[in-house]
Amino acid sequence: MTIASLGLVLLTIIGAATPLLFAAIGELIAEKSGVLNLGVEGMMLAGAVVGFAVTVTTGSSLLGVLSAAFAGGAMAFLFGVLTLTLAANQVATGLALTIFGIGLSALFGTGFVGVPVTPLPKLAIPGLSDLPVIGPLLFGHDALVYLSIAATAAVAWFLKRSRPGMILRAVGESDLSAHSIGYNVIAVRYYAVLFGGAMAGLGGAFLSLSYTPMWAEEMTAGRGWIAVALVVFASWRPWRALLGAYLFGGVTILQLYAQGAGGFGIPAQVMSMLPYLATVLVLTIISAGPWKGRLDAPACLGKPFRPSN
Amino acid sequence: MRLRPAINLRIEARRETSRVLLYVTPVAAVILTVLTGLVLFVFMGYAPGPALYHFFVSPLLTLYGLSELLVKAAPLIMIGVGLAIGFRANVWNIGAEGQLTCGAIAAGGVALALWGDAGFWILPLMGAAGIAGGALYAAIPAFLKTRFDVNEILTSLMLTYVATLLLSTLVYGPWKDPTGFNFPQSRMFTDAAILPILVDGTRLHVGTMVALLIAVAGWVLLTFTIIGFQIRVVGQAPAAARFAGFSRPRLIWLCLLTSGGLAGLAGTFEIAGPIGQLVPAISPGYGFTAIIVAFLGRLHPLGIILSGLVVALSYIGGENAQVEVGLPQAVTGAFQGLLLFFLLASDFVVRYRVRLAPAVAG
Repeated sequence: MTIASLGLVLLTIIGAATPLLFAAIGELIAEKSGVLNLGVEGMMLAGAVVGFAVTVTTGSSLLGVLSAAFAGGAMAFLFGVLTLTLAANQVATGLALTIFGIGLSALFGTGFVGVPVTPLPKLAIPGLSDLPVIGPLLFGHDALVYLSIAATAAVAWFLKRSRPGMILRAVGESDLSAHSIGYNVIAVRYYAVLFGGAMAGLGGAFLSLSYTPMWAEEMTAGRGWIAVALVVFASWRPWRALLGAYLFGGVTILQLYAQGAGGFGIPAQVMSMLPYLATVLVLTIISAGPWKGRLDAPACLGKPFRPSN
Repeated sequence: MRLRPAINLRIEARRETSRVLLYVTPVAAVILTVLTGLVLFVFMGYAPGPALYHFFVSPLLTLYGLSELLVKAAPLIMIGVGLAIGFRANVWNIGAEGQLTCGAIAAGGVALALWGDAGFWILPLMGAAGIAGGALYAAIPAFLKTRFDVNEILTSLMLTYVATLLLSTLVYGPWKDPTGFNFPQSRMFTDAAILPILVDGTRLHVGTMVALLIAVAGWVLLTFTIIGFQIRVVGQAPAAARFAGFSRPRLIWLCLLTSGGLAGLAGTFEIAGPIGQLVPAISPGYGFTAIIVAFLGRLHPLGIILSGLVVALSYIGGENAQVEVGLPQAVTGAFQGLLLFFLLASDFVVRYRVRLAPAVAG
């Protein structure tokens, strides 16, 4: 394998990792506030179809990306009303959000299957982007790739260093204490869930506008669920989520290349199982390993909270 | 200065959940879904009257339509009962779709291996293989959960994608019909591997009756047996269950094997019933939709018979409305999601009471 083709592989890995990173970082914030939202897949699909439809109809990818984030947020708001305001079971509501998102996005996207779209423009930096190998690898992406990495850094700083970040963690670790010292637990969780939805929406938009610029029903193919798994893998730490997303991007791309190279006699479908099997394997290792006790799941994760009057 | 409302709404938890509301709210959720559907149809530019009629009414007016309702409800009921047992004990198997697929692969393997043979024992053997296939596939998340404490939601779901790919590997590869013009499907099963039809001119097969029996058996299990009692206690009062020394791992195994086995049997009935061979997609998402069925039936096996029929209507109504008024098939999925939303939202009034209270002075 030449250096140039290695560069090309790395480039596609970044593409496969970015949607996972967006969704995982968003889910990480929601979970840190104590909310387990299993509707990531549905929110990603909402973002993918709305981002695609708005870009096609208005011709503006900026508008498309913004409305994708909005669509993800709207789905998340629905989840918030049910689980936060009405104290419904988070697991069941998350499943409902995914089922609803699959159906609604298919319905909304009926007229957009097979329609071409202009992919997100690559941000080229004159001079730097033309460097061999490193140029396209570091300086030749569209804005969403950089945004996903910037979001990781911002979330890491927010959780560790900022005051609102500490409040968010307090709400996720001990909702009753946070409530009794005067923080509005429900409001904090709404913000966190909405952020999670917007990020999932962006991840979906990256799929339908950059990674594979098209709309197809259920095009996320389980990425929303893999993102939920990544948060566990990352032990709720943003930079580890980035590492995880790139590892999974790597698995996805390598099996694609192996398929392309003839697959060593292994059927293509068996190769396609790899990312899913890898998720199961990684979850097992992370749950069983010697670091088991230090997984750091937020103490109130998944528990409904209703302030008593 | 803030204006105070003249009346305060006070929300308080009910001491006991309201039995009446518990069973009235699913009906309300169905009605709200239909009303939302009405609005949705108008927004999409369809005349609401005919769209509603062809979705919810006309499928029920013919014998064939009614028989199809049962054919579609059967897998939903079987899987829904299995899932409900698990959900009651807080075991979240959401990979029933994968277990259905694996059951179908196992049963289909038997049918293909015995292709051309005749004998009354072929169908029972396929049923046993289907149950075993689904249960074994559910044993993976059960093992990982009990041994390593791996979240069963994520593992069972990931394995669903793997099962679908496995089925596709087989029907595109070794199990492809040698005389099938290279289509990705197995041979048509011979008569000995096809479920008997109950009513001529319909697809109503014996499996639909088995599904009803399974629901009754599930009700007996939950209501009258020690195991059923343990399942209910674990779900409602986990601390009490620990105190009483109920084995959590044993219940996890039980719930996953039961729900997996039932999903596998449902997959068997699909390929030995309406489909008659192995194809890349054997279920329009029954395994996922059964989650909605389980909740809509209030995790009660007899309630699940009713909810299975209601949700089955969303499938045949969707198909019918597509033919009659050109409604996109995807409406079905959106309806099913909406239904679960309304149901979960309505739970609020089951558990909480909203009271009008006079404003606090000051």
